[in-house]
Amino acid sequence: MISTIGSGITVAENRSTSPQPIVTAEDLAVGYRGNTVWRDASFAINRGEFVAIIGPNGAGKTTLFRLLLGILQPAKGSLKIFNAPPTRGNPRIGYVPQRHIIDAETNIESLELVRLGFSGRKWGLGLFSQNDRKFALAALTGVGAPDLAHRPLSELSGGELQRVFLAEALVSNPEILLLDEPLSNLDIRRESELLRVVNEVVRSRNVTALLIAHHINPLLPYLDRVVYIANGKVATGKPAEVLTDESLTALYGIRIEVLHDSRGNLAIVGLEDTQGEHEQ
Amino acid sequence: MTFSLNLFADLQQIFYYPFMQHAYEAGTVVAIVAGIVGYFVVLRRSSFAAHSLSHIGFAGAAGAALFGISPVYGLLLFTTVGGSSMAILSPKATYRDISIGTVLAFMLGLGVLFISLYTGYATAAYSILFGEILGISSSDVLLTLIAGLTILAAVALVYRPLLFASLDEDVAEAKGLPTFLLGIVFMLLVAVATSIAVQVVGVLMIFSLMVTPAAIAQQLAKRPRRVIIISVAVALMTTWSGLFVAFYEPYPVSFFITSIVFVLYLLARLSNRIMKDKTVYRTISER
Repeated sequence: MISTIGSGITVAENRSTSPQPIVTAEDLAVGYRGNTVWRDASFAINRGEFVAIIGPNGAGKTTLFRLLLGILQPAKGSLKIFNAPPTRGNPRIGYVPQRHIIDAETNIESLELVRLGFSGRKWGLGLFSQNDRKFALAALTGVGAPDLAHRPLSELSGGELQRVFLAEALVSNPEILLLDEPLSNLDIRRESELLRVVNEVVRSRNVTALLIAHHINPLLPYLDRVVYIANGKVATGKPAEVLTDESLTALYGIRIEVLHDSRGNLAIVGLEDTQGEHEQ
Repeated sequence: MTFSLNLFADLQQIFYYPFMQHAYEAGTVVAIVAGIVGYFVVLRRSSFAAHSLSHIGFAGAAGAALFGISPVYGLLLFTTVGGSSMAILSPKATYRDISIGTVLAFMLGLGVLFISLYTGYATAAYSILFGEILGISSSDVLLTLIAGLTILAAVALVYRPLLFASLDEDVAEAKGLPTFLLGIVFMLLVAVATSIAVQVVGVLMIFSLMVTPAAIAQQLAKRPRRVIIISVAVALMTTWSGLFVAFYEPYPVSFFITSIVFVLYLLARLSNRIMKDKTVYRTISER
C-alpha cells in the first residue's frame, strides 16, 4: 500500500483489483451423527461482500453458520475464515441468531443488551468501565436507532428488535456479520428498511455480511453473491449466475424455471413441489 | 413486650435479645443474597428451579435430622447436588423444566424415606417447611454469613457473562462464553441461596425472598444494576419489618414477610400500570 494515497482510495482499489477471500470452503461436507446435511461445497466469499444464503427449511443454512462459528466441525473438506479454521468465540465475527429469548417479561433497556455485546465476555463487575455504554450508544446510532436506547426490549416491535440485535453484533466492530433470518416476522416495509441498514454497514465499513433468508427478491438490489443450499448440495456465485434455469435444475435434480418480471423480481417455478422432499 | 412509637427504644428492646440479634444478622445476609440471586432467577425464568431446589432442600434437611446434624448442612448438600444435576442433564436453560421435575421427584422420594425413618419430633420438619428464623443458632449465623459471602464473591466474578448468557444465550455461546458451565454456576448459586433462605421463610415460602423482590424491582427499573439494588432493598425492608412486627405479635415471621412482600408487589404493579398509562397518554397528546 502506498502511504501517500488516501486510505479510502486504497480500499477501493483493493476491492476492485484483488478481492481478499475472507471465507473459503473446499470440498466441504457437514452432518450430524453420520447423516450428511450437504456436501461437495467449494466457494469463496470476499471481504466487503453482501451475501445471501437461500434455501428451503432444513436445508442446512444455519448449519453453515454453526461451522463458521466453530460450534460444529466439518465432516469432510476444509473451511477457512480469516485464513484459519474457525474457532469458537472469534471476536471478528458478529452473530445475530434466529431465536432470542426476549419476551413481554424482559424489562431491560436496549442499551444494556447492546452493551453486553461489547463487555459480556469480560469477567468481574466492571464497575468503573463506562466506555461500553458509549460504544453501545454509538452502535445503536450506527443502525439508525439511537432513540431505542432507553426503551425496554419487551416493548419493541420485530423490526426495532432486529436493529437492536444488529447493534449488539456490531458493537465489537466485527469484520464479518452472520445474520440468521433477520427478515422473518417483518412486513415488507420493515424488511426493506433493515436491508438498507445492513447494506449501509457493508458498504461504509467494508464488513462482509452473510444473511440467511427465505426469499431472494427483497435482497436482489444489494447482493454481491448468493449461496444456494438445497437437496444436500450448495451452489454459489453472483445472483445472475446462480439464479438460472440450468444451475437451479442441477441443484434440485428436477426441472426448474426462473421467471423474471418487469421490475427485476424473480419467481422460481418448480421449487415449491420439491421443497417437502428435501426437508430434513 | 409492648410496642412504643419511639423506634429507637423499640429497636433497643429488640436487640436486647440474642435470638433477635441472630435473626436480624441471618435475615440481613439472606435478604441481600436472595435479592441478588433472585434477579437472575427472574431473568432466566428459572423460578421453577428455585422452587424445586427448596423442596429438594427439605429432603436434605430431613436426612440431616435423621443423622442428628444441623438441617442447613443437609440443605446445602442436597440442593447443590440436585442443582448441578439439573444443569448437567439439560444444557440449554430454556428447556430445563423436565429434567428439574425429574430430579425433584427422585430427591423428594428420598425425603419421604428419611421422614419415615426419623423418630424424633415433627417440629424439626415444621420449621424447615415454614421457616424458623427466631430459633437460629450463632453457629448457623456464621455458616449463613460464609455462604452469603461466597455467593457475593461468585456473582461479582461472573456478573457480566452470567447476565449475557441469561439474556442472549445463543450469542453468548457464539462469543465463546462457557454457557454450560455458567448454567451450573447459576444453579449452584440458587442452591446455596435457597439453603440459607429456607431458614428465614421455609421451603414453602421461598418465592417471597427469591422471586418476589426481584419481580418488584423489575417493575421499577430497566437497568440490571438498578434492578438488583432495588431488589436487595425490597428484600431487606421486608425481612427487617417482618422480624420487627413478629417481635410484638405472636404469629410466625414468615407469615409477615410473605404478606409484606406481596403488598409491595401489588403496589409496584399498580404504580407501573399508572406510569405506563401516563406515558401512553403523553405520547398520544403529543401527536
